[in-house]
Amino acid sequence: MTVGIIELLTIFVLAAFVGNEVVSKVPSILHTPLMSGTNAIHGIILVGTMAILGQAQGDVQTILGFLAVLLATLNVVGGFVVTDRMLEMFKAKPSDRPAKSAGTPEEPGQGGATS
Amino acid sequence: MSLLTWVDLVYLLAAIGFILALKGLSSPKFARQGNMLGAGAATLAIAMTFTIPSVRHAGSRLILMVVAMIIGTAIAVPAARRVKMTAMPQMVAIFNGVGGGAAALVSMTAFLILTSHDSFTGKPAVYKIVEVILGILIGCVSFSGSAIAFIKLQELITGRPITYPAQQVINAFVGIAIVGLAVATVLTANVALLVVMSVLALVLGVIFVLPIGGADVPVLISLLNSFTGLAVAASGFSLGNNLLIIAGTLVGASGILLTRMMSKAMGRSLANVLFSAFGSVVTASGGADGAGADARPVKVGTPEDIGVLMAYARKVVIIPGYGLAVAQAQHTARELADLLTERGVEVFYAIHPVAGRMPGHMNVLLAEANVPYDELKEMDEANPELATADVALVVGANDTVNPAANNTPGSPIYGMPIIHADLAQHIVFLKRSMRPGFAGIDNELLYDPKTTMLFGDAKDTLTKLVAAVKSA
Repeated sequence: MTVGIIELLTIFVLAAFVGNEVVSKVPSILHTPLMSGTNAIHGIILVGTMAILGQAQGDVQTILGFLAVLLATLNVVGGFVVTDRMLEMFKAKPSDRPAKSAGTPEEPGQGGATS
Repeated sequence: MSLLTWVDLVYLLAAIGFILALKGLSSPKFARQGNMLGAGAATLAIAMTFTIPSVRHAGSRLILMVVAMIIGTAIAVPAARRVKMTAMPQMVAIFNGVGGGAAALVSMTAFLILTSHDSFTGKPAVYKIVEVILGILIGCVSFSGSAIAFIKLQELITGRPITYPAQQVINAFVGIAIVGLAVATVLTANVALLVVMSVLALVLGVIFVLPIGGADVPVLISLLNSFTGLAVAASGFSLGNNLLIIAGTLVGASGILLTRMMSKAMGRSLANVLFSAFGSVVTASGGADGAGADARPVKVGTPEDIGVLMAYARKVVIIPGYGLAVAQAQHTARELADLLTERGVEVFYAIHPVAGRMPGHMNVLLAEANVPYDELKEMDEANPELATADVALVVGANDTVNPAANNTPGSPIYGMPIIHADLAQHIVFLKRSMRPGFAGIDNELLYDPKTTMLFGDAKDTLTKLVAAVKSA
């Protein structure tokens, strides 16, 4: 895990371009799930908090590490659960409902669209 | 291969999983699988982290780790299961805050470990301290900023901008102090300086969010989201962890993109949103406008008239605003739409990007009411259709359909893209009163001869309309 700063910067820059590319394709309908989904993704800081708590020496570092693991767990678990709950609600139109295009108005619309 | 190489390989797989999870969000069809994939990737990465020797052999700290994870899960799962969809912005603010807090704590502990290890060989490399400081600063601002955003959204304090004398001066002073302390910390690697800097960063988060008004919260939340992502990426630099860098950067990029989109949807620059305390000054003039407005005649309809109008229309566009959500009227709106669709009326929802309290919030609220997502149209997609619509039904929205944004250069919302309800043959406003919206600006459209008003709570008026359409 001893990687040079330049390698890390390279990864950072490439990830920024990938992120921009992928996220710009998300329709505005899904912006709330996008936000809570990305929230869950940054919860992966849990991995970092675990490594830190593992290396901690003395009470101060251990307490900080413990708190960090706790907060990160809240983030990652809550984030994925709430995003799943939201996405579950997004459903396509069921096929048994009358199709919009086939709708035949019984009466002409008041005022009409062309007046 | 050594164990650590395996760990890095699994981290790479997890990073791919996260990218695919975001890719899945490009369509509602695959979004859920994508999220599951992301969750799977996270689980895999976390499981693999347990095999790292320093974690595996951590003894009592390993036990503490598991305890913290159990407590965290026990709190997070019920909270995430129970939260109401209207309260989603608060929930996101909390997760944002704890993520930022965790990143700040990681960087802080990394600094302590760094300085204690290197105490005999001299100071750690400058770039290492810079990475740590960035992680702490961004993480702390994100933590305390999200906390205040949560308190505002939960309405524990007023949603209006909170201003006090010399606000900008104080903010600038705190900012300069932080920069000074950061430089001093880099030069001396002194722990005490770092602690003071962290406390000031927490203060900065608070005073940065206080003057931002309720209507601007969608921009704020997006920005804080991106901050936490960047804090996580900074922690990744400190720990030399690729996964944290990639995940954090993905989130940072997404947050910045959303921030820009939201400010654009408000027709204002990001700087204006963040620093102008928008909404605090216009309240006074808004009240005056309101008083003047009472004198002007508006056309008030009965539910029966409007019911007939819609029942015999060909195309009805529903334009929901946050008022709809406040009245919990999403289900009634869907009932009305279903009823009209059964009669052969073409119905869809036109949704402004800033409708609701976070990006895309209105779509989630309507999805919760079982509105199929193909009936939800974005502003750009909906606007060309409005010219051929017979009825535009505006429910609990105001500023997002205000033509002043297009034709009154002096108006505070001038330049904001709007939904063109004014192009429809008939416009129906369901509103509680003539009171102006969030921005406190009078809406000419309310006095338009094509406009009919129906006053009352959105749920009550929609229920009356449902009855009226049934009997039409």
